[in-house]
Amino acid sequence: MKFTEEHEWLRVEDDLVVVGITEHASEQLGDVVFVDLPEVGKQVTKDDEVVVIESVKAASDILAPIDGEIVEVNEVLADEPGKVNEDPMGDAWFFKIKPSDPGQMDDYMDEAAYQKYIS
Amino acid sequence: MADLRLTPLNALHRELGAKMVPFAGYEMPVQYPLGVMKEHLHCRARAGLFDVSHMGQVILRAPGGYEAVARAMEGLVPVDLIGLGAMRQRYGFFTDEAGGILDDLMLANRGDHMFVVVNAACKSQDIAHMRAHLPGCEIEEVTDRALLALQGPAAEAVLAAMVPDVTDMRFMDVGIFGSEFGELWISRSGYTGEDGYEISVAEAQAERFARALLAHEDVEPIGLGARDSLRLEAGLCLYGHDIDTTTTPVEASLSWAIQKVRRTVGDRAGGFPGAERILDELSNGPLRARVGLCPEGRAPMREGTLLFSTAEGGEAVGHVTSGGFGPTIEAPMSMGYVPAGLASPGTELYGEVRGKRLPVRVVPLPFTPANFKR
Repeated sequence: MKFTEEHEWLRVEDDLVVVGITEHASEQLGDVVFVDLPEVGKQVTKDDEVVVIESVKAASDILAPIDGEIVEVNEVLADEPGKVNEDPMGDAWFFKIKPSDPGQMDDYMDEAAYQKYIS
Repeated sequence: MADLRLTPLNALHRELGAKMVPFAGYEMPVQYPLGVMKEHLHCRARAGLFDVSHMGQVILRAPGGYEAVARAMEGLVPVDLIGLGAMRQRYGFFTDEAGGILDDLMLANRGDHMFVVVNAACKSQDIAHMRAHLPGCEIEEVTDRALLALQGPAAEAVLAAMVPDVTDMRFMDVGIFGSEFGELWISRSGYTGEDGYEISVAEAQAERFARALLAHEDVEPIGLGARDSLRLEAGLCLYGHDIDTTTTPVEASLSWAIQKVRRTVGDRAGGFPGAERILDELSNGPLRARVGLCPEGRAPMREGTLLFSTAEGGEAVGHVTSGGFGPTIEAPMSMGYVPAGLASPGTELYGEVRGKRLPVRVVPLPFTPANFKR
């Protein structure tokens, strides 16, 4: 698993990359009340705003960590946004992306580096 | 967080695990480990304890007693203060010459003097305003007392275990009671839409008093985050957001706070700053009004969201002044200003969120029914 400075996690699943936010990020956000997901089939470029998360406190964006095509989104979050707080590292993934340049993954931190980053 | 003032409960907040933030010059708890959503729901279900010591507590005296203070204060506030009964309080606001709102406040008749509670962010300005315009009144800011709010359906039982007489108080009654925590100044009021009390306690007793309240299984500490969602569900204004010097009390849908005796036909009509405009708006209606807004989807429409009368094109007709998610109603909720012709409940409007116009409906306030003990 890889981690970004924006507190996203990236997990490789066959030829796709699954993206979510870290436990740390979900704690900082507070109770999530709304998730605005991208459309399947959308081509995104690294740093595009692809997801909006609204917590009781504020709205935050999730940026595309890599270039590629959104091939699946986690529709469950539209009805149950609270899952982002309950299981951010597991069930509450946001989208799956088909990378156009898997090499972009190399830029990101491993878990040890991320733990150090947030400590 | 340098230069921030601390309330007498600062150490207790930290011990309870609060996340502290700067607010109106004070370091205040925004949430505790329970989190905003659960704090909010707990307050509606049982009882919540809030530290509101940052608010200003002011005593006003005059040689002529309460009535003399009330008569002077009526020159700043469009509310019937002379007619306010002993040991009763009323909501009101300082207005300016243009009819705008300088601050909103609670005013109490405490027999031989007046006691007022003003917003933290406005208190130095309010005190200067009173000193400048209330000649003959002695104005004393109370700086050695904390202010706590205990709100929720269990508040009465919790407080009555320490001060039995509070069960006899009705909504907006005030009282001064002896207790093992010294003299307590109590009003049956609050900012959540729930039954409850605001309690002024000597600084030196404040932490011990707060711990005694928190020791009750029904009481959880509540931060500013849930305080905001609770007051928004209750349809209550936040100064600096829903009301300010650009909004008149009539536009702000606060006409209910202006008693008949201060209106055009009343015995003491006008006589407050901005009376011309405010009385005209009371008679002829304002051009715009503060309304409740219920977004039809799940996306919250926050402060600053522009409102449109059509799904495409046209200029904005209004804007949101407070918005978020209501944990009790389990839906997004907002308040904002719209033209009078679009202010009727049921009116369909659009709020522009991240470039998309999403449907939103004008609804009556509050979002949750008030639970006061009348």
